[in-house]
Amino acid sequence: MSHFFSKERRSETIFRWLLLSSSFLIILIIFSIALTLVIESFPSIKHNGLSLLTGDIWDPVSEKYSVLPFIVGTFITSILALIISIPFSIAASLYLGEYAEGKRSSIIIKSVLDLLAGIPSIIYGFWGLMVLVPVVRKFEEILGIPPLGIGIFTASLILSIMIIPYTTSIAREVIRLVPQDIKEAAYSLGATRFEVIRDIVIPYAKSGIFAGILLSFGRAFGETMAVTMVIGNANYIPKSLFAPANTMASVIANEFAEATSDLYLSTLVSLGLVLLITSLVVNSIGRFIITRFYVK
Amino acid sequence: MNDFPAYRRREITDKIVRIAIYITTFTILIPLLLIFGFIIKNGISNISVGFLINNPVPVGEEGGGILNAILGTFILIILSSLIAVPFGITAGIFLSENSNKKYAQYISTLVDVFQGIPSIVLGIVAYVWIVLPLKKFSAISGAVALSIMMLPTIIKATEETLKMIPYTLKEAAYSLGVPYHRTILKVILPAALSGILSGTLVSIGRISGETAPLLFTAFGSNILELNIFKPMNSLPLLIYNYAKSPYPEWHELAWAASFVLITIVFIFNLLASIGEKKWKIKF
Repeated sequence: MSHFFSKERRSETIFRWLLLSSSFLIILIIFSIALTLVIESFPSIKHNGLSLLTGDIWDPVSEKYSVLPFIVGTFITSILALIISIPFSIAASLYLGEYAEGKRSSIIIKSVLDLLAGIPSIIYGFWGLMVLVPVVRKFEEILGIPPLGIGIFTASLILSIMIIPYTTSIAREVIRLVPQDIKEAAYSLGATRFEVIRDIVIPYAKSGIFAGILLSFGRAFGETMAVTMVIGNANYIPKSLFAPANTMASVIANEFAEATSDLYLSTLVSLGLVLLITSLVVNSIGRFIITRFYVK
Repeated sequence: MNDFPAYRRREITDKIVRIAIYITTFTILIPLLLIFGFIIKNGISNISVGFLINNPVPVGEEGGGILNAILGTFILIILSSLIAVPFGITAGIFLSENSNKKYAQYISTLVDVFQGIPSIVLGIVAYVWIVLPLKKFSAISGAVALSIMMLPTIIKATEETLKMIPYTLKEAAYSLGVPYHRTILKVILPAALSGILSGTLVSIGRISGETAPLLFTAFGSNILELNIFKPMNSLPLLIYNYAKSPYPEWHELAWAASFVLITIVFIFNLLASIGEKKWKIKF
């Protein structure tokens, strides 16, 4: 009998060790990812120095590397995508959180958003290339600018469709958290639904909606395939919203497998490091706002 | 009501805003219908049995299919699940069992950070860890990148489901003298199985369409490859390579492959949501 218990005790100790070590492993993976990127970036940082961030030429042939065009490209594409998507995501979150809350008809919009969120990024990219690019080309002809079809505007358009479900799901959750009694108090004073939304729902939920927008921004930032396929892959600072450009992620996707020299590869890794840091900062701020204001 | 023009005006504003919000919301239907419409129309017209059971042929030759990409996609899913599921569940158990401790709360935040890592960065990391030492592209390096992507979803699903299980269940097991590890493995985990399973399916749905981390790890291949230490094709990689090509025939194959891929992804998502609803934990 005592033998049985000592055996059980031993397996219990092993089990507890297993659980604890899995948590160590998480820390290990995260730090190895960061460390790997930093170490592999060393040759690039040594060779390029500050011109990595300040210059404006990306020319692997003459070994002149500056990632500034891609940082600019990433910001412009993501911000434009946010501007296009915000009216739709806010309208949809108000619809789901207020107008159709608890109604059966809301199932249509809910499924639409679920389906949009489930489409793989490569399919957005392919569809964009085959369907959207010719449409944008026509549009550019009408505007009288070079009809390329591909470029920042097309990339932002695709990105905006991709992030609508994401912003909406966060904003809807926050709108649902608005206390019912305050809303009812306003209704009892004779407020219309629009007035309740304007004076109670929006003020209460605005930091959460903002956080949702930030998190979508973080997602747009790191989005690779859809953007790579329609942005036109041009390695200079874009001069207009319709110009071809490159984002940090799209350069890596395009050039990594073809990077021949160690320095070229290392520079692409350092670009990955910049991408990782920026998206983690944006994400952390978004998460901080949500936990700070809404999670008890 | 005409006696109260101020009220009338407020009522009209309310109505206009409502209509504006409805119209804006339902505009979202348009891109969805356009995407699905094109994929279904172009996908079905290019799909055939031969397409599903043949391997790719050089451009100009008739026929050719995507069998290697379909198999590759499933091999990658299985490999990355083998890495991510056991580890994700163990880590999830740890987090829910120690949720009152500072250390576990920090880890939980780290897992959230995990979710913010762009997938292409994981591709770079897998390249440095596995492709560089082995000196060749391989399916296993792609699976490592994908498994890191799966982890946060599985860990969070396990943690959240376990937290919902009432403490009385555990107390009952303890009072019968069941040791800790048996309580977790034989009582708590079976009760939480559905939640963990649907979390796993959600993460599989997500990685099965993932391309960016595979570009310089699994890399893609034109032949049927079952060796996990060699470059392997997958549906997203095939779509990407065919889409970039200048040949209309290959674009048609890419449409059909998109249809197959989207079907696979939605089957996983559907299974996940059915699982979530049907086996929801009730106590």
